[in-house]
Amino acid sequence: MIEHLELFFKSIFIDNMVFAVFLGMCSYLAVSKKVATAVGLGAAVIFVLAITVPLNWLLDTFLLQPGALSWLGSEYADYDLSFLSFIMFIATIATMVQLVEIVVEKFSPSLYNSLGIFLPLIAVNCAILGGSLFMQSREIETLGLAFNYGISSGIGWFLAILAIAAIREKIRYSNVPAPLRGLGITFIITGLMGIGFLSFGGMLTGGDEAEDENTKQSKTATLIETDTEKETVVNNTKLLEKK
Amino acid sequence: MGLLSKKDVKLITDPLADNNPITIQVLGICSALAITAELKASLVMGVAVLFVLGVGNVIISLLRNAIPSEIRIIVQLIVVAALVIIVDQVLKAFAFELSKTLSVFIGLIITNCIIMGRFEAFALANKPWQSFLDGIGNALGYAVILLIVGFFRELLGSGTLLGIPVLGDPIEKTGVYALGYEDNGFMLMPPMALIIVGLIIWVQRSRNKTLIED
Repeated sequence: MIEHLELFFKSIFIDNMVFAVFLGMCSYLAVSKKVATAVGLGAAVIFVLAITVPLNWLLDTFLLQPGALSWLGSEYADYDLSFLSFIMFIATIATMVQLVEIVVEKFSPSLYNSLGIFLPLIAVNCAILGGSLFMQSREIETLGLAFNYGISSGIGWFLAILAIAAIREKIRYSNVPAPLRGLGITFIITGLMGIGFLSFGGMLTGGDEAEDENTKQSKTATLIETDTEKETVVNNTKLLEKK
Repeated sequence: MGLLSKKDVKLITDPLADNNPITIQVLGICSALAITAELKASLVMGVAVLFVLGVGNVIISLLRNAIPSEIRIIVQLIVVAALVIIVDQVLKAFAFELSKTLSVFIGLIITNCIIMGRFEAFALANKPWQSFLDGIGNALGYAVILLIVGFFRELLGSGTLLGIPVLGDPIEKTGVYALGYEDNGFMLMPPMALIIVGLIIWVQRSRNKTLIED
């Protein structure tokens, strides 16, 4: 249970798709002019990630990893098909997106009306393929965790696009220097938001930290945090003594 | 330049500045920024995209009359994925360390919007030679931004270029470090890539007023 919670918060805040690894930036920049459309696209991303990441996890575990074919018999145990993962993942994603589009159109026209136009766009959204590739490279262990990873990184992306869309709606009334208007200021705001999100790095202490460059940051952040905690403890005891 | 007509030259030079894929067309930012903390990684990424986009554009252009338009996205994805697998395997064989640094971002070239964008907008409607030039031009435009960002992030963040110290030794306090200069470790953090691209856009649009959005 605890690992589920940890993965959940880690994927939303610390390894946020947009701010930490820049995934799905194209649609993030292109579709964030209005909050309503941003919500639609964000929801579609959560939906598709929740389906494709577990599916690709199954593919990876039972087909692609070195030794994954051993369920066919011991003579297949030596095969390593991992070089095929790009093509398998992207084919799965493209077909799933198509399938989801057809199913949703058939069974829930209202959902289709709100999500439908975004679904074809999503097949080539880097966040979706990125979710599957990170699932593979971070060696997520169980199907449940893969599902969790898909949903939570989708939520992280949703949060990011919602926030930037809201800011862009407001910034229209601000006096931005002319050459920065539109794209430029969006980049810079995203950067500033990313700096804000870096502060979540100290949120999860203990456990094994991710091996990327966030590690250093989060470690120093935790050190600082524990220091301040100690200080507050010391201060509190001093106060108590005075009383 | 018997091989290149004036129009052909324009195909290459346009994306370098006034129609740059990253700063003007807003394509391909996805896989671009995370790997620009070092100049070397940016260089390799630029070359990888150059290969995939140049060859991919030719293949799609050759197939353009054979692809039914309903399934063209899947055909395009398969072509890119095959090319990216080649790049990935070559990197793993000859530059294993670097392929670890680039991790999933080589794979993400598949969904790099520049590639799909150029296939859709150019290769599906033009002859192979023009498509090849268009691919090369756009990949170069992409690489230029990557190199600028990588240059500043590595220089200011770790005081090196391509791994070679250029500002002196931070531990023994030689070069500019003797004057009290410190590396700005913050440049290595992901958000700084976004801010630098923002600044590049600012500079570019100040120089060319026609590009300003309202």
